[in-house]
Amino acid sequence: MSISRRKFLGWLTAAGLSSSAFGKVAHAATTRHFEGHPDSLGVLYDNTKCIGCRTCEAACNKVNDLPPPDRPFDDLSVLDNKRRTDPKKYMVINKYDGSVNVETPLFGRTGCNHCLEPACASSCFVRAYTKTESGAVTYDSSVCVGCRYCMLACPFNIPTFEYDAALTPRIRKCTMCYDTRLVKGELPGCVEACPTESFTFGKRIDLLRIARERIRRYPGRYLDHIYGQNEMGGTSWLYLSGVPFKQIGMREDLGITPAPQFTSSALAAVPMVVGTWPLLLMGIYAVSKRKDKIAKEEKEQALAEVTAQVKAEADQKVSEAWKKAAQEKEKAIEAAVKQALEAAADVETEENS
Amino acid sequence: MSQEATTNEKSFISPFNIIAGIIVLIGLYLTVRRFTGGLGAVTNLSDNNAWGIWIGFDLLTGVALAAGGYVTAAAVYIFGMKKYHSAVRPAVLTGFLGYALVVLALHYDVGRPWRLPYPFVVQQGTSSVLFEVGACVALYLTVLFLEFAPAALEWLGLKKARNLAVKFTLVLVVFGIILSTLHQSSLGALFLIAPSKLHPLWYSSFIPVYFFVSSIIAGLSMVIFESTLSYRFFADKMDEAHLREKDDIALGFGKAASYVIAGYIAIQLMGIGADNEWQLLGTGFGLWYLVELFGFFGVACLGFAIGAREKNVKLIRWTSAWAVLAVIVNRFNVSLVAFNYHLPASDRYFPSWMEIAISVFLVTLGLIAFRFIVSRMPILYEHPEYEDVH
Repeated sequence: MSISRRKFLGWLTAAGLSSSAFGKVAHAATTRHFEGHPDSLGVLYDNTKCIGCRTCEAACNKVNDLPPPDRPFDDLSVLDNKRRTDPKKYMVINKYDGSVNVETPLFGRTGCNHCLEPACASSCFVRAYTKTESGAVTYDSSVCVGCRYCMLACPFNIPTFEYDAALTPRIRKCTMCYDTRLVKGELPGCVEACPTESFTFGKRIDLLRIARERIRRYPGRYLDHIYGQNEMGGTSWLYLSGVPFKQIGMREDLGITPAPQFTSSALAAVPMVVGTWPLLLMGIYAVSKRKDKIAKEEKEQALAEVTAQVKAEADQKVSEAWKKAAQEKEKAIEAAVKQALEAAADVETEENS
Repeated sequence: MSQEATTNEKSFISPFNIIAGIIVLIGLYLTVRRFTGGLGAVTNLSDNNAWGIWIGFDLLTGVALAAGGYVTAAAVYIFGMKKYHSAVRPAVLTGFLGYALVVLALHYDVGRPWRLPYPFVVQQGTSSVLFEVGACVALYLTVLFLEFAPAALEWLGLKKARNLAVKFTLVLVVFGIILSTLHQSSLGALFLIAPSKLHPLWYSSFIPVYFFVSSIIAGLSMVIFESTLSYRFFADKMDEAHLREKDDIALGFGKAASYVIAGYIAIQLMGIGADNEWQLLGTGFGLWYLVELFGFFGVACLGFAIGAREKNVKLIRWTSAWAVLAVIVNRFNVSLVAFNYHLPASDRYFPSWMEIAISVFLVTLGLIAFRFIVSRMPILYEHPEYEDVH
């Protein structure tokens, strides 16, 4: 590394002072593109320089005070298996088959990439993660509930969990040595230890320039792609490689959308549901109430009509009956009169005879 | 309340009690192990597979299957389907117990359960979908408790408090539906953040809608399924209204479920179309997706439809179990089967027997609580003092 401590401290101060006008909140999908805190720091890993000596792993273990490894760091047979981060190691170097022949293997680094807009930070419901202005993504175990949603959210599968801790399990991950070294003006452990300068530490914006310069100068040596420039919206760690990144265990299908954007529109729907549902529900309630009321009224009306009809019919019947009775009475009277007249006529005839 | 004294004074040693007792003992033993040895001592969880069946089954499925509460309350109080009134109390009770168990299960799953209130009282991570889920589940559990309160208060004979609680019914129902809409969908939205890990056939920006609509399916089916079981085991607790209405409820809810499932299948296919993933249907995962969508949901849709048309209550009851299974399969697929689909088989997750045993233990606790409450409180019958007042 060719960066003086003074220069480095200057950067760190600058990064700290220009603390973000962007804030740390996740924004809904907009045309805005967050390109990281100004002057934030990062590391460029150049896989063409890496010899897989595991010195960085040893340094990481030491500076972070991690538990001793199962096998010593100078035991390179460890590289025969693909490994991932775990509570004992914040970063690993894995060995991959070379593209030319197996005799010249390739190496790849797995560890926190310190996303510009980290999935872990956006997914954490207690804000245990912080994307600091320095670029490092740090973690605060004093608030962590241990829900492990960050592990599910991280596209790089980096955060690890202390599954064996009964009562105080923590998430463990690379913090770019933020608390232990960066704030003191020291380089991250892995960067300082590397004997081949596979790691370059500096302002992200400078690292991008350096990386582009290397690609320009040695087109045969590098793939024309800086991994981390745009992946998941950009990461503070950047990667150069001579072979497709897929071949050194890195996913090429992650896309360039920052993780917080995947959930922002779903979250944006919350206030809309809270606002519109009462209207909708009370509207339906009112309609169903009204329907009930109308049905009741119609029923009453129908009942009244029927009653009226029945009454009218009954009245008619009664009046008809009266009429009939009256007619019959009349008839009877007529008959009686007729009979009486006849009787009288008979008497008259008898008298006359 | 003289019923429970006279009708059900059987011996304490019954098959149910023996089996439940054994499960509870195993559960207690594993609980001790979990909180002395950590998650690693009882689960197969790993750094690649952070969430197992305690999330996939206990949380995702548990919440979906407890949806009967809001679905039934909405049907009866909002849509005015009063003939299903007798279904409300059992559904609300199941919902309340379901959510209580979900919260209990989370105490096993998270690393430091006593910090579960932290997101609300210490630091609010409002950009997290999980924050929304947590807030809604906590609030909805409270709502369900209040909705359930009248039954408990009737049992306790606290007339004034009960009448007060009943007054809030409509407000609680509306609040409950809003909260359910939010967290049922958010459980799906949890996975939005990981498009690179969930198989594209299951990943969709519509996943919150899928989860919400399928929760309605789960809710309707669970009400039918549960009333079947209640009739089988607690027929003596049911009053005339329950016995008279239960077939009506099965037919009505079955018919509704049939429509909802048809809609669900349609929006699933729209999602596939929107992302243009038809070619994936020809793969192994595609086949499994088709089995889930048509073998589980499709068959359930058909079963309900035929059952409703031919007034075949028996078919509807069987179909309800199948539909419940369909929702379980869906939640398992999203959270476990299709999740991390890109990892080699050796890195995939399969639950340990202890994880399964804890889940069984929690379900058993729910059954015990349900039995305890149903045998004592006016759930399957109306309290004689309060008949026809609501």
